Amino acid sequence: MTWLTWRQFRVPAVSVFAGLAVIGVVLAITGPDLVGRTDFSDSDFLYSATILLMYLLPAVIGVFWGVPMITRELETGTHSLIWNQTITRGRWLATKLGVGVLAGMVASGLLSLAVTWWASPIDALANQQTERGMLNWLSPVVFSARGIAPIGYAAFAFVLGVAVGMLLRRTVLAMGVTLLALVGVFLAVPFLVRPYLLPPLEQTVAIESDSILGAHGDNTGLVEAIIVREPTGAWVLADETVDPAGNVVTPLPDFVQNCMPTPGRNPQNAQPGPPEPGDMRACLAKLGERGYHQRITYQPGYRFWPLQWLELAIYLAFSALLTWLCFRRLRHLS
Amino acid sequence: MTVLRAQGLGKKYKRKWALTDCTLEIEPGHVTGLVGPNGAGKSTLLNIASGMLEPSAGTIEVCGGVPGSGPEQLAKVGYVAQNTPVYASLSIEDHLRLGAHLNPNWDAALATGRIERLGLDPRQHAGKLSGGQRAQLALTMGIAKRPELLLLDEPVAALDPLARREFLSDLMAAVAEDGLSVVLSSHLVNDLERVCDQLIVLVDSQVRIAGDIEELIATHHRLTGPRRDLDTLPSNQHVISAKHTDRQTTVLVRTEAPILDPAWTVAQLNLEDVVLEYMSNPATVRPALEVLR
Repeated sequence: MTWLTWRQFRVPAVSVFAGLAVIGVVLAITGPDLVGRTDFSDSDFLYSATILLMYLLPAVIGVFWGVPMITRELETGTHSLIWNQTITRGRWLATKLGVGVLAGMVASGLLSLAVTWWASPIDALANQQTERGMLNWLSPVVFSARGIAPIGYAAFAFVLGVAVGMLLRRTVLAMGVTLLALVGVFLAVPFLVRPYLLPPLEQTVAIESDSILGAHGDNTGLVEAIIVREPTGAWVLADETVDPAGNVVTPLPDFVQNCMPTPGRNPQNAQPGPPEPGDMRACLAKLGERGYHQRITYQPGYRFWPLQWLELAIYLAFSALLTWLCFRRLRHLS
Repeated sequence: MTVLRAQGLGKKYKRKWALTDCTLEIEPGHVTGLVGPNGAGKSTLLNIASGMLEPSAGTIEVCGGVPGSGPEQLAKVGYVAQNTPVYASLSIEDHLRLGAHLNPNWDAALATGRIERLGLDPRQHAGKLSGGQRAQLALTMGIAKRPELLLLDEPVAALDPLARREFLSDLMAAVAEDGLSVVLSSHLVNDLERVCDQLIVLVDSQVRIAGDIEELIATHHRLTGPRRDLDTLPSNQHVISAKHTDRQTTVLVRTEAPILDPAWTVAQLNLEDVVLEYMSNPATVRPALEVLR
């Protein structure tokens, strides 16, 4: 059975691994140049491309490996040829799933290893950065493109493709549905699941004129929030101003609304000319004097690996659940 | 000893029954034809027997086991599905190799010998074969597996008359060599008459009649005579169908006794006539299945 699975699977498998080999060579050539540099503007394209690739690979594995592996057989009727050899359907499916999942995890693991290595100088810089601008390891986009979690995505995507195909029995339709489902999961997990995998930490920052980095408002001139220094390398889930009673205030109270120049307001009431940054900070610091403070909810940077392991485990658990569904469905196919 | 025994077998798809209360026994060493109009349940019965489908009602025993229950059972039963599916992207050689990999009793010499005799190039991709060649490849895989029972679902339906004849005579030769039991379905009686010695007529998902083909021909008669009431017929004559005009009665009966009444003109029927009578008269209540095996 392994021979047949390989014989049927070798073209899609070799295509993907050949692509990965080319990518590997490109990264190996460009990677060493990144070490020690602090300005990455000229590697922007490769940086975004590697992240994109990390998202593309599970989709390719699900849509082009997972879906056709079983569905093509059901569609062309060859399953009735193979199910009447001296092999049970269960063993047939187990072999196919085993080979596919393993190949997917290896492919994804290799790409992730290469990309994580290649981007490590950039990531190291981003993780130490306190200003906004660079995406650190824990930021949702980068997190999914590094480490071991992608191995789980590959396994999940493959089994999802197989399961959807077995349910719909139409290759093209199943490819579309699998892709949509994957996009949905990859969007939902970072925002609805990952923040709560470990209880987030909270930090309270006193609002003083030297802790305020700035403020931002909406286009009507309303001051919505102030910007304070956030923990290094952390994934900030919420950065809110709370009043002395502990309630979140948004927008900020009236007594700081005229701290900033506002283009829409009556010029007579407005301060003449742009205010000094120091004045603005002093003005906003009135918040601190009245007992307001800034509350930051975040996942600290040192939780990168625990969160990676947790996410890998979750995706593998769902892959196992889908596998169980596939075997249940298999009994009722004909 | 039977190769196939079904008891009250039924299969329901969503709301519709594709097969109901099917009871039959097939003895080993026979080539049994399964005939019936499209949608009569032929494929359903064969699919259940091969283990592709699970029955919704009743029981079935094939070669002493439950269909599809495990590798031992799968080794005993060969099945060639409708449209004889093969892997388009694999070569004939690859098909034989997968057969050898997946079947402990695989007869490699027989398989390669057959392919050679059929004049097929082993390196050719199965997707490029003609319908007849594809059917031959599927049949080769079924036979080389060395099953006790080979099930063929409409193996010749897609073939032209010449390919059909070749396929069937080839099947005959293979059966004669190996002595395996075969059940094959078709909606054409002529195809079956050529290769089968037993026949099962399936109409509206029920077994209408089953038996030895020669016996079926010998025991069915068309009687023509002056108009008369059917109740006056002897009790050993089972009426299959009857037609009356003002003066004349034509009746098709099944009886093992000779027709003695001199008022009748007796005509012999061929197999197709008999089958068509059964197919076109589904209203007749089960004509005495008990005498048939």
